[in-house]
Amino acid sequence: MSDASAHALDHHEPVTSTGIPNKKVLMWAFLGSDCMFFGTLISTHLIYRKISATVGGNTLDVRDIFDIELTSFSTFILLASSLFMALAVSAIHKGNLKSTRWMLFGTIIFGSIFLACQVYEFTHFAHGKENVNGDLEHQLTLSSYAGKTLEEGKDAVLEPHVFGSTFYVLTGTHGTHVAIGVFWLIGWFVYSFTGKMSTADAMDIECCGLYWHFVDIVWIIIFPVVYLMEYAF
Amino acid sequence: MATESIKYAAPDTETKLETKVFPRPGQHTSGIVDWLTTIDHKKIGMMYGLTALFFLLIGGVEALLIRSQLWSHNMDVLTNRQYNQMFTMHGTTMVFLVIMPLSAAFFNYLMPLQIGARDVAFPRMNALSLWCFVAGGLILNLSWFFTGGSPAIGWFGYAPLTDTRFAEVIGDMGPDFWIFSLQMLGLASLLASFNFITTIINMRAPGMTMMRMPVFTWMTLIVSFLIILAFPAITIALVELMFDRTYDTNFYDFLEGGKPHLWQHLFWIFGHPEVYILILPAMGIVSEVIPVFSRKPLFGYGLIIFSGAIIGFMGFAVWSHHMFTTGMGVVATSAFSILTMLIAIPTGIKIFNWIGTMWGGRIRFDTPMLFALGFITMFMIGGFTGIMHSSVPIDAQHQDSYFVVAHFHYVLIGGALFGLFCGFYFWIPKMSGRMLNESLGKLVFTLMFIGFNLTFFPMHYLGMIGQPRRTHSYNEGHGFETWNQIATIGSAILGVGIAIGIFQFINAFFNKKLKPAGKNPWDARTLEWTLSSPVREYNFARNPIIKSRDQAWENNYGAKENHSEKEPLDDHGVHMPDRSWYPLLTAFGLFVLVIGMLFHASIGPAGELVRDYTVAICGGTIAIFGIIMWSLEGPAGYHLFPKENEE
Ligand code: HEM
Ligand SMILES: [Cu+2]
Repeated sequence: MSDASAHALDHHEPVTSTGIPNKKVLMWAFLGSDCMFFGTLISTHLIYRKISATVGGNTLDVRDIFDIELTSFSTFILLASSLFMALAVSAIHKGNLKSTRWMLFGTIIFGSIFLACQVYEFTHFAHGKENVNGDLEHQLTLSSYAGKTLEEGKDAVLEPHVFGSTFYVLTGTHGTHVAIGVFWLIGWFVYSFTGKMSTADAMDIECCGLYWHFVDIVWIIIFPVVYLMEYAF
Repeated sequence: MATESIKYAAPDTETKLETKVFPRPGQHTSGIVDWLTTIDHKKIGMMYGLTALFFLLIGGVEALLIRSQLWSHNMDVLTNRQYNQMFTMHGTTMVFLVIMPLSAAFFNYLMPLQIGARDVAFPRMNALSLWCFVAGGLILNLSWFFTGGSPAIGWFGYAPLTDTRFAEVIGDMGPDFWIFSLQMLGLASLLASFNFITTIINMRAPGMTMMRMPVFTWMTLIVSFLIILAFPAITIALVELMFDRTYDTNFYDFLEGGKPHLWQHLFWIFGHPEVYILILPAMGIVSEVIPVFSRKPLFGYGLIIFSGAIIGFMGFAVWSHHMFTTGMGVVATSAFSILTMLIAIPTGIKIFNWIGTMWGGRIRFDTPMLFALGFITMFMIGGFTGIMHSSVPIDAQHQDSYFVVAHFHYVLIGGALFGLFCGFYFWIPKMSGRMLNESLGKLVFTLMFIGFNLTFFPMHYLGMIGQPRRTHSYNEGHGFETWNQIATIGSAILGVGIAIGIFQFINAFFNKKLKPAGKNPWDARTLEWTLSSPVREYNFARNPIIKSRDQAWENNYGAKENHSEKEPLDDHGVHMPDRSWYPLLTAFGLFVLVIGMLFHASIGPAGELVRDYTVAICGGTIAIFGIIMWSLEGPAGYHLFPKENEE
């Protein structure tokens, strides 16, 4: 922070009433607002979670669908990416450009692994799982859910359900946030090769970091609320 | 607080990134290009205002059509469906395209002047907000020309009216236009609010502490917070609805497990804070005007601000009073009822503060003051009926009757619109440099006041004797005719009043025969009145150093130590950021994206659903290109060299 404000003066960054740079105030305001976006999505999910656990002949047990090991792994990866991000911010403050570059790179890679896991997860959930007879069961789409195969040689029947709607839209919105973050970081990564990057950019990278940590924290809420809770209650 | 002025690099060392496609308009740009690329908060404010006044006329015509249909029993001016479309479009237009942007016009124009800033924190983002608003208004009104015409779902779009299976016309696109335009307008409001919050927190002139800020600026801050915290709820609700309609999810689809009730909650979690988003700016305006025309400082400055903040805070905890009749259960219903009654207290406090300000003052009855007084009295009536329906059993009688229509028009026209007109009569001399004709102003006030009361007072009675709202026609024998006819006549009078008012506002900018205003024609109190009218491009030639609240007044009448000072002229001149094409381009990209989304689905030769996202992707690409170029071009800029007192 102190470095940032010292360098602010010779870069058209006007002195502000609070001493906090404008962009940072903007970012905080945006994150406050974003809390409400996720708050609304998470409440929608929670409200619907236990409603209509049975549809038609299916009893909804999402544990049959989830791949909790994979999601735990990707959660860990996303958390670890925050460490890289924090190191990148601290490196740019110290003026260590090389370290900044590679820490940014680490964040990008870990963010991308998380996204890849999510894509894998979505496609597999939507496709369903094959049972020993080669029939599809435990399938979750945007609008429906299929439980167990009732008859050999036939796929399980899809019936309308809300779980897929709330699940995909909530985690998808989070994934979109991660993707935007990854593109933003890629922007900085490319910029670091132009030779123009300096400690004057510290504040901008810090804002990027604020965003990244926030998206991370949201996942720390989503993971227990959407996934772990299904195993507890 | 740092008082040394900011040193900018000299103009020749500016790094500028020019692109061949969109050469950046330079310092001497004028005419249409200037308006399209401007990032000056004053011009953006004026465009916000002008567009909103245009929509006021459109929304007004829709209202008059509704009133003609209700002239007598079983009329046929409009069909059933047209009637539903009319009240949907009227409500949506008035809330999102008139009152909110008119408030935004004042925020934009005045707030930086009131805190002693040269512009908002992010001028180009401010321009993007304007163009998103224009695009949103356009999208909503384009709906008239496509399948099914405009939405017929009410301004709150209750589920399951929005369910594709219940559409009256097959393939009805009205609700889709409605969804996307609200998203666009929400984006516009969010962008503007982030900007205003940053500006007010961070760009105050030296000495302009929070508790020296004019009340209008305080209300700007509170409303901006309300917007960034309330709009997400409806944005997500609309995303879910969009998924329901386009990708077959089941959020609100009761046939497949969804709950229409959830829509109501999400809508009103946004919707109730929204009504304060509509009224607080008007309260801010009136809090500026009443002290000026009573020649007394505002009574209870701290209390007015504090109660504004409390209203904003509590506004998030009363939404379910719109849902008393949905069967939420005794506990929830009672809790929301009590909170609704409590929220009337801070509202009442403000009214006593305004009365206290006038008490013992030397009151001048110029047009702005008349509108301010009209505001207080009319808003009070609306507040009283509000308190009435905070009582659950009584609300069961009011709900969906004309009584509620009377309530919210008293707060929205008698409150918000009168407050905004008060603001126009007060500040147009500052914006245009010319005084408005007083007698014409008083005529407008009289017409509006009489027309408004004739239209809406009888609705209290009509509601009590059972006329339902949102209903196309009524039968003979209920005794509804007489009062409906009075209301229709009143609405015509109100319409004439508003039309003359709008004419007068626009005329002020063109009619050279009007009296010049000078710096401070009303002997007003706040910082913007120390500047010339119209305000110059750079606002303040030298940064002011604020010494007290009501700085303009103190400079004229206060003790020497309360006079504001000025930082010395900077020999590097005043740095002005350059105009830019990219806000307009980005908004255009978003517009194309929306059009692409609206028309992406079609029926293929075999009757299957074909999705084609080409146009949407083009739009998205344009928007992203705009944003990238935007961040690469930087603020850049040129320097102006005003003389000592050229401001
Ligand atoms: C004293 C403060 C207020 C109280 C206690 C209050 C209370 C209420 C209640 C309980 C309703 C629901 C009536 C029903 O549908 O049965 C309502 C409706 C409404 N109020 Fe207020 N209100 C207050 C102030 C305002 C203000 C300041 C505004 C806007 C500027 C406003 C705008 C509306 C609107 C637009 C509706 C109707 C919404 C709809 O159903 O379409 N109210 N009010
Ligand atoms: Cu309300």
